Amino acid sequence: MSDVQALVLRAAGINCDRETAYALELAGAKADRVHVNRLIENKALLDQYHIVVFPGGFSYGDDVAAGKILANQVVHHLAEPLRKFIDDGKLVLGICNGFQVLVKMGILPGNGDFRQEDVTITYNDSGKYEDRWVHLLPQTNRCVFLEPERQIYVPIAHGEGKIVAKDAETLQRLQCEGYVAYKYVDANGQEGPFPINPNGSAESIAGLTDSTGRVLGLMPHPERFVRRTQHPHWSRLGEDLDPDGIKLFRNAVRYVQENLLPVCPA
Amino acid sequence: MKQWRFEIFNRPGVSDVHGNGVLDDIRELGITSLEAVQSAKVFLIEADFDNAFAERVAGELLSDPVAEEYYIGRSAAPAGLAQATLIEVHLKSGVTDPVAESVMTAIADMGVAETHVRTARKYVLLGSIRPAEIETIAKRVLANDCIEDVVVGDEAEPPSPHLSPYELDIVHWPIRDLDEAGLEALSAERDLFLDLTEMKTIQAYFRKIDRDPTDIELETLAQTWSEHCVHKTLRSAVDMTMDGQPAQHFDNLLKETVFKATQDLNKDWCISVFADNAGVVEFDEDSAVCFKVETHNHPSALDPYGGAATGIGGVIRDPMGTGMGARPIANTDIFCFGEPDKSLDEIPKGVLHPRRIMKGVVAGVRDYGNRMGIPTVNGAIYFDDRYLGNPLVYCGNVGLMDKDKAFKHPQSGNLVVVVGGRTGRDGIHGATFSSGEMTHEHETVFSHAVQIGNAITEKKTLDVLLQANEAGLYEAITDCGAGGLSSAVGEMGAELGAEVDLEHVPLKYTGLSYTEIWISEAQERMVIAVKPENWEAIKHIFDNENVEATVIGRFTNDKKLRLHYEGQQVGELDMDFLHDGVPKYSRQATWTQPKLNEPAPAAKDSYNDELLGILSSYNVASKEWVIRQYDHEVQGGSVIKPLTGVANDGPSDAAVVQPKLTSSRGLAISCGMNPLYGDIDPYWMALAGIDEAIRNLICVGGRVDRIALLDNFCWGKCTDPETFGTLVRAAQACYDGAMAYEAPFISGKDSLNNEFACEDGATIRIPATLLISAMSLVDDIDRCVTMDAKQAGNLLFVVGRTKNELGGSHYYKLQGHLGATVPTVDLEMAPRIARCVSEAIAQGLVASCHDCSEGGLAVALAEMGFAGGLGIEADLHGLPVSKDCTNVDAQLFSESNSRYVVEVEPGKYDAFARMMLNLPFGQIGKVTGDSRLVIRDTDGRNVVDADLDALKQAWQKPLDW
Repeated sequence: MSDVQALVLRAAGINCDRETAYALELAGAKADRVHVNRLIENKALLDQYHIVVFPGGFSYGDDVAAGKILANQVVHHLAEPLRKFIDDGKLVLGICNGFQVLVKMGILPGNGDFRQEDVTITYNDSGKYEDRWVHLLPQTNRCVFLEPERQIYVPIAHGEGKIVAKDAETLQRLQCEGYVAYKYVDANGQEGPFPINPNGSAESIAGLTDSTGRVLGLMPHPERFVRRTQHPHWSRLGEDLDPDGIKLFRNAVRYVQENLLPVCPA
Repeated sequence: MKQWRFEIFNRPGVSDVHGNGVLDDIRELGITSLEAVQSAKVFLIEADFDNAFAERVAGELLSDPVAEEYYIGRSAAPAGLAQATLIEVHLKSGVTDPVAESVMTAIADMGVAETHVRTARKYVLLGSIRPAEIETIAKRVLANDCIEDVVVGDEAEPPSPHLSPYELDIVHWPIRDLDEAGLEALSAERDLFLDLTEMKTIQAYFRKIDRDPTDIELETLAQTWSEHCVHKTLRSAVDMTMDGQPAQHFDNLLKETVFKATQDLNKDWCISVFADNAGVVEFDEDSAVCFKVETHNHPSALDPYGGAATGIGGVIRDPMGTGMGARPIANTDIFCFGEPDKSLDEIPKGVLHPRRIMKGVVAGVRDYGNRMGIPTVNGAIYFDDRYLGNPLVYCGNVGLMDKDKAFKHPQSGNLVVVVGGRTGRDGIHGATFSSGEMTHEHETVFSHAVQIGNAITEKKTLDVLLQANEAGLYEAITDCGAGGLSSAVGEMGAELGAEVDLEHVPLKYTGLSYTEIWISEAQERMVIAVKPENWEAIKHIFDNENVEATVIGRFTNDKKLRLHYEGQQVGELDMDFLHDGVPKYSRQATWTQPKLNEPAPAAKDSYNDELLGILSSYNVASKEWVIRQYDHEVQGGSVIKPLTGVANDGPSDAAVVQPKLTSSRGLAISCGMNPLYGDIDPYWMALAGIDEAIRNLICVGGRVDRIALLDNFCWGKCTDPETFGTLVRAAQACYDGAMAYEAPFISGKDSLNNEFACEDGATIRIPATLLISAMSLVDDIDRCVTMDAKQAGNLLFVVGRTKNELGGSHYYKLQGHLGATVPTVDLEMAPRIARCVSEAIAQGLVASCHDCSEGGLAVALAEMGFAGGLGIEADLHGLPVSKDCTNVDAQLFSESNSRYVVEVEPGKYDAFARMMLNLPFGQIGKVTGDSRLVIRDTDGRNVVDADLDALKQAWQKPLDW
């Protein structure tokens, strides 16, 4: 019955596509998992969708650098249709490896506003891959995926999640102009060192949005907290525990319903 | 074509994580004169592009615009006062280079299709250093001799990547006229690992058919008959002598112990057991789950990273090749290493330092498992110096499949199709190599047995195979594991016959002989049987996602294996001889109860120090450093994670996953192992392993009536009757334990000859090590229970009797004792306890539940307390004990089996107590709000009174690397 259509991109090494599609469906969208080769063959395929998700995984083994090869592929084959997709007012979400792809393509923090050489994502300060839960505090009121002020608790699982800006000025602009979507904080909303900031990211940045607020990329995995039993100590918490991750997907679906779908005749 | 060289460095100010890691590792070797290590990525590209395009490749593709800078050509050593040493590490010719493949694809996306790419790593060591130290650093830190070449300085060129093509030369090995010495010499020279009886059986076969074998025929027999593939030791006839008296005869040890329990229990939920690549049991109305655990010990000793990576990669292909193919949903890994704090001069020649082995093994499992998108949910690490020469690396995988697709149906006329990775010279002789003993020369002799993994190739292959399976486009599937195509095609065609054209097998590079193609254990390959009319449709699915699939032959109906190369027959064997010709063995086994002493440590007023000591011993200490490097949540099905509690850092007893996101049914996965008990009696060691694995399942809410077990025997040389006797004891216990718990074994594997021959002639033999893996169903994941104490004021009970059983305990180990009173299992009582605890959890009466294992009751209470961020007050007065268990140390630290510590809300006391009525159980205390662990003895004295934060720190520190 849902009219909200979501595309979850597959490629060699992408491995969070199933649970991401499940989270979207749970939030009320209809989700298709589509291989990047099909999109390159038929670029018009994108027109059928309202939301495109670049899910987590190790696209092409993260060879050269995380997300680099897939970013290169999309830049050379799908840049225009993807630009048009965003310009049409539709939504793009990149999670973990998907976020790395969006940054390495220059989609985030946004071509036009920034150059691709301004921001990157690189190795964790710890030098190793880590799976742990983190608190995220929203930093912008422009991004349609998130609820300003509302802190969420979700897991990270990555080895290359440290956001680095070219210089202090770029970093300053990202923060002042609302490009920072989420920061890593502690349970009380305070920034801090490892493990509060799990990868040494500049200014504790966990996620970025663009100037439209309709593109979001984040290192943590909201699709991994859509059921209460996914919480790392749910057995200590009540049955009414409300999963934080699902809200991101619900907000996206609601945005599409309210802004992109024709209003049904009463 | 033009040769381009690109070097990619970190920009100044960006931390060089890789270089810093190398510096740390060098300092760990005791070389402290270096100030810094810079690392760089090197790309060697042959292509016809111009300077402008080269700048684009460097700037847009190979380097990161913010974090890195590039240099086209060879950069000189940095100017400055410090001495700079340049070292480059190149892959040896023919070794798979996945990054190079990705770069070629990416440059094609940029518009230049014809390139050849190689990658290397460059290190600039800053600081004074001696040539001998450079060699040590290269060998111990930077490179692995098996797969990599080191180039020092800025002059030398890397090895040439170009290999000469192969020209057919059919090799015959005259065998018919050889005498016994000649047969043994042939087996040894060719690394066949076949013994005299086997060689004579083969000689008789070729005498009968009146010709000499070709090399490919002998190699095929050697690997099909290898211990690794056919488990001839466990299937042999055995005469067992106990304490000098003939005790028992087995016609086939495995069939009369481990298998027999499965047969005798005859559970209708067992779908396919001991028949396929993994054991298959029912999950729900529509689905089944399968589970397999393998070892990859010898490869991990030589190349910890690659060996462990291909270990997990290989076991993942087992469920992928079970029935018509399963989707992998969870990994497990259990490792045994020497203690990591040994000094370098304590390490025998030819052996890597246990710390390096551990780091490499963990990284290998991490990189392969994480890339596959399979959560690693359960595991254990066990340290003992007898694993110095032979580390053990157990990798497990659980898969989910449709219940009606649990069997294969290959037919005559089906095409033999190889899917996935290409075949190279890697892994030659892996199956036979793993069946032998290790020596200090193995590093050089068997470097070719190391396999090279590429997880993304396997993931791509999995993705398309699942689609082809759903479309019903193939008739059978199996993996190319040990023995490669020889094993896969040989097994799939055992009842049919097969012919293969070896020149059709896609190769990574030229130069492989027909025999190398046939026995290569190159990774990421699966073999399927496809009806000719389905070939086009299935090929389309594979092409769609850039996965290579090639027809290499067909299945016939004459029960012969025929191998061709460029139209000429290079080998022909009868399937019956290949699969049933291996001679049957008759072996002697002896078991003599060792004469051991029970130490009598003096009673003490406080056992705080002992508790601290056990918590901070490597075996008990937190494994968080390892666990967090594994993605344990991918696929979204994690319910009980390996770490739990208020700060997400307490040790879970077992993992629970939700295989289908739309169903609240779960699967609990656990393991049990304790090699120390085997030094006293392997019978009780095996039962303790079974009991522990099952306790762990029960603790999280697993069903008691749907437990499936797996056995993995890692032993020394079983040609020695005494060593074999310990294995027979353990196998007997497997039967008894499975019957008592009504928990059938569904799959198993053995790895024998885990001994290391040192240069000085000494042998290091691993302790008898039986890993028991277990899984069970969880009816409703919302009812699962974790081990962390939940609420101050709740009551604590112990269910199960504590006995005077300190033999093999960590308490004794800490004091340098073994002891004699090994923990036993009451086969009548243990299942009753498990059933009642399981029922109490199902009824929602239990707030937390933790099993008592290494370190006994005291450790279990400490873990529950600090995981919950609460305190515990306990009184040994309420502890159910055996009559002879009067000493406080035994009550605190005895590792008696079948015991559970259970936390119950006061309001549920009556219901819980009623359920435990006829069991040994007692209230031993309560949860408190402060963070102290207080344990009083029966006289009311505080024998433990410790700050739980301090205990937790002691527990976390040893492996917090």
